[in-house]
Amino acid sequence: MSEHSTYVPGNAVEKWLDDRLPVVRFAKEHLMDFPTPKNLNYWWTFGAILVMCLGVQIVTGIILAMHYTPNVAMAFDSVEHIRRNVNGGRIIQATHAVGASMFFIALYIHMFRGLFYGSYKAPREILWILGVVIFLLTTATAFMGYILPWGQMSFWGATVISNIFTAIPVLGESIKQLVLGGFAVGNPTLNRFFSLHYLLPFIIAAVVALHIWALHVPGNNNPVGVDVKDSRDTVPFHPYYTMKDLYGMVLFMIPFAWFVFFAPDILGHPDNYIMANAQVTPAHIVPEWYLLPFYTILRAIDFNVLFIDSKLGGVIAMGGAMLMLLIVPWLDTSKVRSGVFRPMFKWFFALFAINFVGLMYLGAQPAEGIYTVLAKVCTGYYFLYFLVILPVLSRIETPKPLPTSISESVLGKNAHA
Amino acid sequence: MIGASTMNIRKLIIAAAALVAGLAMAPAQAAEGGAHVERQSWSFGGIFGTYDTNQLQRGFQVFREVCSSCHSAHLISFRNLMEEGGPEFSEAQVRALAAEYEVADITAEGGRRPAVPADRWPSPFANDQEARDANGGALPPDFSVLAKARGVTDPFPTWIFNYFTGYQEGGVDYIHALLNGYHEEVPETAPHNADGTPFQLPEGKHYNDYFPGHAIGMAPPLADGVVSYAEGEDGQSVPLTLEQYSTDVAAFLMWMAEPHLVSRKQTGFAVLIFLVLFAGLMYGTKRKIWAGIEH
Repeated sequence: MSEHSTYVPGNAVEKWLDDRLPVVRFAKEHLMDFPTPKNLNYWWTFGAILVMCLGVQIVTGIILAMHYTPNVAMAFDSVEHIRRNVNGGRIIQATHAVGASMFFIALYIHMFRGLFYGSYKAPREILWILGVVIFLLTTATAFMGYILPWGQMSFWGATVISNIFTAIPVLGESIKQLVLGGFAVGNPTLNRFFSLHYLLPFIIAAVVALHIWALHVPGNNNPVGVDVKDSRDTVPFHPYYTMKDLYGMVLFMIPFAWFVFFAPDILGHPDNYIMANAQVTPAHIVPEWYLLPFYTILRAIDFNVLFIDSKLGGVIAMGGAMLMLLIVPWLDTSKVRSGVFRPMFKWFFALFAINFVGLMYLGAQPAEGIYTVLAKVCTGYYFLYFLVILPVLSRIETPKPLPTSISESVLGKNAHA
Repeated sequence: MIGASTMNIRKLIIAAAALVAGLAMAPAQAAEGGAHVERQSWSFGGIFGTYDTNQLQRGFQVFREVCSSCHSAHLISFRNLMEEGGPEFSEAQVRALAAEYEVADITAEGGRRPAVPADRWPSPFANDQEARDANGGALPPDFSVLAKARGVTDPFPTWIFNYFTGYQEGGVDYIHALLNGYHEEVPETAPHNADGTPFQLPEGKHYNDYFPGHAIGMAPPLADGVVSYAEGEDGQSVPLTLEQYSTDVAAFLMWMAEPHLVSRKQTGFAVLIFLVLFAGLMYGTKRKIWAGIEH
């Protein structure tokens, strides 16, 4: 990776440091000089936005942990204490709560960008897999974080989701008890979830480091999906992309701030302002919006398949829907990366995006009437897209001619404009 | 060519992203099975809304004279009543008010002493069981965050607009409607049971249009004239009606749930204005840096 190193130690101290720990050289190579395709659009800024989101969650979270009490009798009031009595607490708490939603908005956009532009294809399979791992860890972290305010949705969400484990044959009940630290959601659950909720973000940060490492081996994919041919196709990361990413981050902060300051509770659920009560079940138990697509898939399997009952079937479907992302690089074998040059793929992808929003909508609806039918249809398309459409399209589709290089595509675009 | 097709996809993805953001709809269902909750015009509604100090003071009076005999508000301290952006009673008023109440204190002689502004609002019952026993088995909910613990489910597409208007007054709208939604007799409009028999009100319950299931344990707490508001210094007076009381006390409940609403919005304006200007500068800088690059 040192082939594009232009670092020359400026003085004796830097020279001394460079011979022992070349951290300045590393930073210059990877944060400044790194050759980056010059045609990246704004969808590519979401990587940097996600780093910002993780940073915001970690910083606000550490401060919240200084004032929060992980105890079933005190947790609910301690969150209110933060909002009411801690200096700046209401902003820090709202930023953390809204931040979770903003994190997932950015995460889903980042993933859909990867799916559209074929960023998972060789030689970026490991990069993609690490991204899926980050997604799974983030989902787990967010889920456990939602338990901590100890409201009604916290409690009942944890109860419903931990019941998933009981679907596992033979070992299910034991696993559930191990996860909860008891027979039902209670103080041990709250304590271990708090502990893990504090731990996981640092593991996520470590996987993010691997993700960026894996990015810096082949370099960025780009909107036309053709490889970088020579230095005319690229610009150094700094100042070009540092500036563009910073601009993207500031833009992203505008809706973020809107929610924090003008609608901090709109992304949550009123029932979570009622303290957890094992005796009272809410009328509708709904997970946070970012988990809804997978919740719909879990609920959509309401029928038995051979010896697999509907409960285990739902768990397999939900787990499968997430884990299937890991093998996407081998399901889509089309040599063309970018969806821009794939006339058929484009439409199936658009339908997939709409379908995903549909799954999300259905997760918030009661499982009755037309909704159960739609849930099955949407779940069906989700799996169909990955398991059938992508492999088949790779074989039958005739892609449009690709530009020979990034530079050529850029010139072509400007000629048309 | 490329530009045009990416534009279409881009539009699609933007539409999808907007919907994603919108999908965190709150199926609060507080009013499920109940009548449609009318939106009220609240002084604290919308992005410019602030609390009306006089209204909060009146609402506090209703809370103190009526509600607080059954409902606790254990997160509220007396000192909150003199804080900026709230009812803004004077320190002397709050000290005098607190001194009228006794709170438990094991370090005091006899285990009780008069309250000071730092004390929490004393609960009317020692525990939930006592509260239930005194209220026919029903537990009067704590008022501290009640206005945020209730909501109204808006139909599509209204709930999408809520994200842009910042509408979060569903809880107070519901409380206002509930207080005005009592019937002395089960009305004609009452839903029939699943087997077609007429609605039967259980013993000790009251019929309310907006309460889920319609049978509420709380007797109608307010009626015209039950609270005497003081006349204003200019001789102006506020109507002594159920409508007025319910609006005032609902506003007070909102303040209890969100005591820093005004300063939160003020900070929000500074932050948003800064971010928009900063984004403009960032865009200019980005343009300048990229000016020489075909991309």
